[in-house]
Amino acid sequence: QKVQEDLNKQLLDNLMSFLIRPHSEFQEKTTEWTCRMKFREIPTAALVLGVNVTDHDLTFRSLSDFLQNNITPYIAFLEAKDCPGIKNLMQKLMGQLMNCYINVDSLEDEDCVQVSQNRIRCSMSSLIKWYESVTKKMDSETPSKKRTSSSTHWQSPPVVVIFKDMESFTTKVLQDFIVISSQHIHELPLVLIFGIATSPMIIHRLLPHSVSSLLCIELFQSLSCKDHLSTIIDKLLLTTQFPFKLGGKVLQVLINLFLYHDFSVQNFIKGFQLCIVEHFYSQPLSVLCCQLVDLQKRVNSLSHDQCENIRRLPSFRSYVEKQEAGKQVALLTTDNFLKEETHKLLEDLHVYHENYVSVLRCLHVFTSSLPKYPLGKQIRELHCACLENPVWETKEYESSLQLVRMLSKSDLVTMLQQCLKILLSSSGKEFDNTVEKLKEFLTQFQNLEAEAFQGKGVSVSSQKELQKKTDLYHLQKSLLELKESRQSKKLTKFEMLRFEVVDYIDNLVRKYLVPADHRTLHEILYFNTAAVLRGHLNAAPRTALHTALNNPHWYLKNQALKCDGGSISNKAPDICIVYKLHLECGRLINLVDWLEAFSTVVMAGEEPNADTASSDQMDDVIHARFIRAVSELELLGFIKPSKQKTDHVARLTWGGC
Amino acid sequence: MSRIEGSSGGRRRVLQVKFVSDDEVLKHIADDTGIKVRKDKPQPSISLKRFVKKLENISDDEAQEILEEKTYIAALGICAQDPVGNGTSVSGGEVYSFQTPKRSSKMAELASELAHTPEQSVQSDHSKGSEKTAKTPQSSSKAVSSFNAFFFFQSKKKEFVSTTPYRLRKRLAAPDSYLESESEYSASCSEEEDEEDQQEVSNVLSGQKTPAKTKAAPTHPARNSLAKKNKEEKMSNLVEEYFEAHSSSKVLTSDRTLQKLQKRRLNQETLRDLLKKAPLAYAAEIKELNQQHESLFSRWMLQLHLGFNIVLYGLGSKRDLLEKFRKSLLQDSVHLVVNGYFPSITVRSILSSITEEVLDHIGTFCSPLDQLEFITKRFKEDSSLELYVLIHNLDSQMLRGEKSQQILAQLSSLPTVYLIASIDHINAPLMWDQAKLSLYNWLWYETTTFSPYVEETSYENSLLVQQSGSLALSSLTHVLRSLTPNARGIFRLLAQYQLEKKDNPSYPGLSFQDFYQQCREAFLVNSDLTLRAQLTEFKDHKLIRTKRGADGVEYLLIPVDDSTLTNFLENQDEDV
Repeated sequence: QKVQEDLNKQLLDNLMSFLIRPHSEFQEKTTEWTCRMKFREIPTAALVLGVNVTDHDLTFRSLSDFLQNNITPYIAFLEAKDCPGIKNLMQKLMGQLMNCYINVDSLEDEDCVQVSQNRIRCSMSSLIKWYESVTKKMDSETPSKKRTSSSTHWQSPPVVVIFKDMESFTTKVLQDFIVISSQHIHELPLVLIFGIATSPMIIHRLLPHSVSSLLCIELFQSLSCKDHLSTIIDKLLLTTQFPFKLGGKVLQVLINLFLYHDFSVQNFIKGFQLCIVEHFYSQPLSVLCCQLVDLQKRVNSLSHDQCENIRRLPSFRSYVEKQEAGKQVALLTTDNFLKEETHKLLEDLHVYHENYVSVLRCLHVFTSSLPKYPLGKQIRELHCACLENPVWETKEYESSLQLVRMLSKSDLVTMLQQCLKILLSSSGKEFDNTVEKLKEFLTQFQNLEAEAFQGKGVSVSSQKELQKKTDLYHLQKSLLELKESRQSKKLTKFEMLRFEVVDYIDNLVRKYLVPADHRTLHEILYFNTAAVLRGHLNAAPRTALHTALNNPHWYLKNQALKCDGGSISNKAPDICIVYKLHLECGRLINLVDWLEAFSTVVMAGEEPNADTASSDQMDDVIHARFIRAVSELELLGFIKPSKQKTDHVARLTWGGC
Repeated sequence: MSRIEGSSGGRRRVLQVKFVSDDEVLKHIADDTGIKVRKDKPQPSISLKRFVKKLENISDDEAQEILEEKTYIAALGICAQDPVGNGTSVSGGEVYSFQTPKRSSKMAELASELAHTPEQSVQSDHSKGSEKTAKTPQSSSKAVSSFNAFFFFQSKKKEFVSTTPYRLRKRLAAPDSYLESESEYSASCSEEEDEEDQQEVSNVLSGQKTPAKTKAAPTHPARNSLAKKNKEEKMSNLVEEYFEAHSSSKVLTSDRTLQKLQKRRLNQETLRDLLKKAPLAYAAEIKELNQQHESLFSRWMLQLHLGFNIVLYGLGSKRDLLEKFRKSLLQDSVHLVVNGYFPSITVRSILSSITEEVLDHIGTFCSPLDQLEFITKRFKEDSSLELYVLIHNLDSQMLRGEKSQQILAQLSSLPTVYLIASIDHINAPLMWDQAKLSLYNWLWYETTTFSPYVEETSYENSLLVQQSGSLALSSLTHVLRSLTPNARGIFRLLAQYQLEKKDNPSYPGLSFQDFYQQCREAFLVNSDLTLRAQLTEFKDHKLIRTKRGADGVEYLLIPVDDSTLTNFLENQDEDV
């Protein structure tokens, strides 16, 4: 379990670092640009962040941290939900500024701040007074400090106000705030930052010209969420750093959730975390899912039960079957031998990962620039494809190899060089051969180039000849000759070489990009139950309710409930019967009729008992059951009481008219 | 019931004689009329209706004969589709012999209810002229008879029930849509067509339906709403039908009310007792399901600790499951159970219970947001502070508001607050937008339990459950205690009068003038104005209701049922 927590932490760190990166770029710009602050106009930065609202929080936090450290201590962070009116906005603003003021120099007499906070008269003038006092104090009281701080903060640091979600602010509030603050821009160096989820046009739609002219807006486009996703996948999945891996289906689910539902990197991370948790929780052998260093220790400490667990793994079983008889027995009976074998296999698996990743990247280099992207533009698509099944059996792979065979030489050379870089940077030892081979290819290409250069000279000369002969007949003739020669000439050296390269790459792929579930003991490192994940992240409560009501057999495994599609037996739970009956009705349902129908169904389902004495009692019971079922439906939101007619309920769902 | 008046009983006898032709039908109608006589008591214009009703019933048996040839109403036409159904309406008796008497009486009730519907039209027609009434009953009686036939057919079907339950259900559901077709022709077209499709009959039936429609039009010429309907029918396009269905729902269903049907309404306690008696179906299977869910407990625990929050969905009460979870795993830790279904729960009360009980903070906050801020601060300061929050029905009326959800989401996003909640409403997930979802950090678990929502629905004032008198009674006494003796006397007078007249179903209430007289005689008021002022006060407390009668006189009524009122008076007597 500790392993998980470590992983989670690493994960979040990664996220933070990568989020900060794009924003540091902005900040470089912002700092420069705030220097040439114009008078009368409030410098404003508009960050276009895209629709993945949930990620903004993190982005902004990192942004404000960054600002705090490098530019100014005065940052106010405003959210629309806190600011229904200009008064609240000012209150909030003051509060935050005061607070961070305390944070900055804690030596300050806190009492006075506290008092002032309690009876803030929220106005711009008080804010300015406060600002002046602060800057003065900074100047006078801590001259020594100022020296040090001036390196990071300026003489008069600007007050940065961040509007986190500009779209949800009311226009009135924003306008008022901007107009007021523009009056005071001389005394108070104010910088606004708007977070925008849709398009920069929204500023002009929200603010009339008279107001927006007070702003000096510069637009910053943040990276698209897809880029974020690729970075994450790159850093988390395509590394050998983490032993834990995602299976193909799971990854597909996560990516689909991201692309089709929310564009939220945070949710993607959440899903990943969940995968980790699930894996470690449900797979008893996940102890072995650890760094290579710890592996030996952990394998040795395996108990007998755990060994049994290993033997029960399907991939291990098929592995055993392939071994010769004596080894089979040893594997199945002696724990120690099994442990050694497991260790070896797991190490193999780790090596396989290393190779896998590098070869995958190489392949990606080749396929990512092909027209129409048969294997996908992003490396994640390629990764999914490779995880699912042997990639070389797919049609897409076939067509992409075809396309590679038609690449021009210069492209091919650059690709080969890239591959070389990737392979060199990878730590795998098996790639020495490959690297050499690639180098060989490269030199061959260079040789070719030299030859081709000569060839070019020839062709140029022939061009000149052609130009001399201007008459049509000769031209035609020479063209025909050229054509013939092209047909007759089987393959140029370059083409031969190209085929060789493609074949080699094909071999590489076949060797290293074996899907993970063909490997022995992949269950330990790979999380593959996509259904669970989907159930927990992308649940369908409506569907669940619907199946429960329509087809109780799905949940209650009783023969009596088994029925053919669409129908329902009269032995079903009360609520199912009532639900079914209500489906037949229009917008309004008469309770009495409903009750009649219900009791008829129920009675038919029960044994016909003749004595009237008990039937009267039964009637009450049925009535009670009906009442219960109806109120349950009401709770579930299928019906609501209606005042239009006495003893009627209104239907709320699915074709209620 | 003992309150059947002699005259109506006699009338019933007359009816019985007339219905000898078909003894089954006789039994039903006999039952109906009996029931109806009883039921009609609260209704004002009883005598007229009785009379009309008689006419209607007389013609009933004639209609019975021509019923098979005349496929009068489309619903009947549906029956006629099936040759078996059509032919066996006479031999239905044999089918009936299999049925329990109980069941047939139920059917009779259904039939009576159906017969009751055309009666409305008769009632409205009556003043127009006698020839018209003579005409209308006939048509409506045909309807009645067709209903009967319909039920014969249905019972016939019932024989096959064991094999084709679905069909049975269809039949049973039919009365509702049938009624619609009966009272609102144009709107019913689409409904019936649906049914036709389901029964894989199209041409024949539509042929039958058209005459039915055209015939229906002249039979109810005086009915304004229907005339309008017919006009609209001509431009029979979907849009019209849509608006029709939405604008005039009044005519869509039958007019039966529970009051007429049931001798007594069940109150909460009897309901609970009855339900206890009724065995829970599929207990074993449900138990198995629950055990499956219980095996997830430790997993939930782990996931809660890892910063996820858990939401349970699926049919059936998840209360017991959560309770079990609480008992098995949370015994030693600080936890808070929120019964979301409780009608007076608020976010503020949840927050206060956290601040007061968990954080031992005494003091008030000016807004929930402040409170939340305080809680957040405390939890951030002290990372050893852990709190489990269990919310039953996070989607209940009180908690489903945007603001409450926002606050709860923020609360749940605290790393040491572990939230596990259940939702039931079909539209519950719509409460949350992206931002809230990310705050909640939900993990969804499907826990369909099929167990009844006992606790959850006990607060929902269902239409069917009689509001237990005790609450009304206590509120009555409470309000009255705060009034002057004179005012109490006034109310008493009204209550007594109402109790005296409780046998009269058409009692409209005490007219203001009479009441004034009585109050003066009892020396309770000295002027018209005083009484009015007093009554206004009553009205404000919802103790009385005023109604203006047809003659413009104001009638006063205490909207409490008789038994409560009696109880109340007795209590008052004791107090005095």
